[in-house]
Amino acid sequence: MPEFTDESSTVQPPVSVRVRFYARYAELVGLEQTTLNVPRPATVGRAIALVREQVSNGGSLPVRPLVAVNEEHALPDRELAEGDLVALLPPLAGG
Amino acid sequence: MGYLVTDAIDVSELLAQVASPGCGGNAAFVGTVRRSEVDGPVNAIEYSAYEAMAGAEIDRILEEVTEQWPQAKVTMRHRLGRVPTGEVSVAVVAAAPHRDEAFAACRHVIEQTKTRVPIWKKEILESGGERWREDRSG
Repeated sequence: MPEFTDESSTVQPPVSVRVRFYARYAELVGLEQTTLNVPRPATVGRAIALVREQVSNGGSLPVRPLVAVNEEHALPDRELAEGDLVALLPPLAGG
Repeated sequence: MGYLVTDAIDVSELLAQVASPGCGGNAAFVGTVRRSEVDGPVNAIEYSAYEAMAGAEIDRILEEVTEQWPQAKVTMRHRLGRVPTGEVSVAVVAAAPHRDEAFAACRHVIEQTKTRVPIWKKEILESGGERWREDRSG
């Protein structure tokens, strides 16, 4: 007899991350921090897409902004873990 | 390490921090706020940062210097807050046995800082307007 599994019992909950906005991006969206539930597989790219959809005026942010995860630069395919801090960074301008 | 400061940067004091009897080459890069810009004269620049990450990223850059030029000693400061035209906004100093290493270490730090450290600047124009500046021309 084949075994059937209940798929709903294996579906994992989304990954909850904090998202911070800096400098011009904070002005664009009118806030400095929000939380986001990112469906699995949760990646930086997926989080950015959700921010652009769900945050007020999020569509004014670039499709591929500079991003840091837990204070280190990160690429769109970087996988996110529960509680990660995702920062959206406008083009850097130190000096 | 407090690389990000709100008070004036004393370049001589920084040079003294890295100087040592075995280092005959001492190099400094000093960036100041420029007056003239496309949209009108600039009175000041307001610097802001993602401070925790900026400090960590500067630490990583300075560690790279130690790996690449083991005999070089380097440090840096970057201003935050409002910096009037003509004042120093960033300073990098390096000391090494010879000038080649000192120049190279100094250049590595400033170039990597501009590319990797999350700092932003808003120009305060003489006209009273403000404008984010996001190019990397310095």
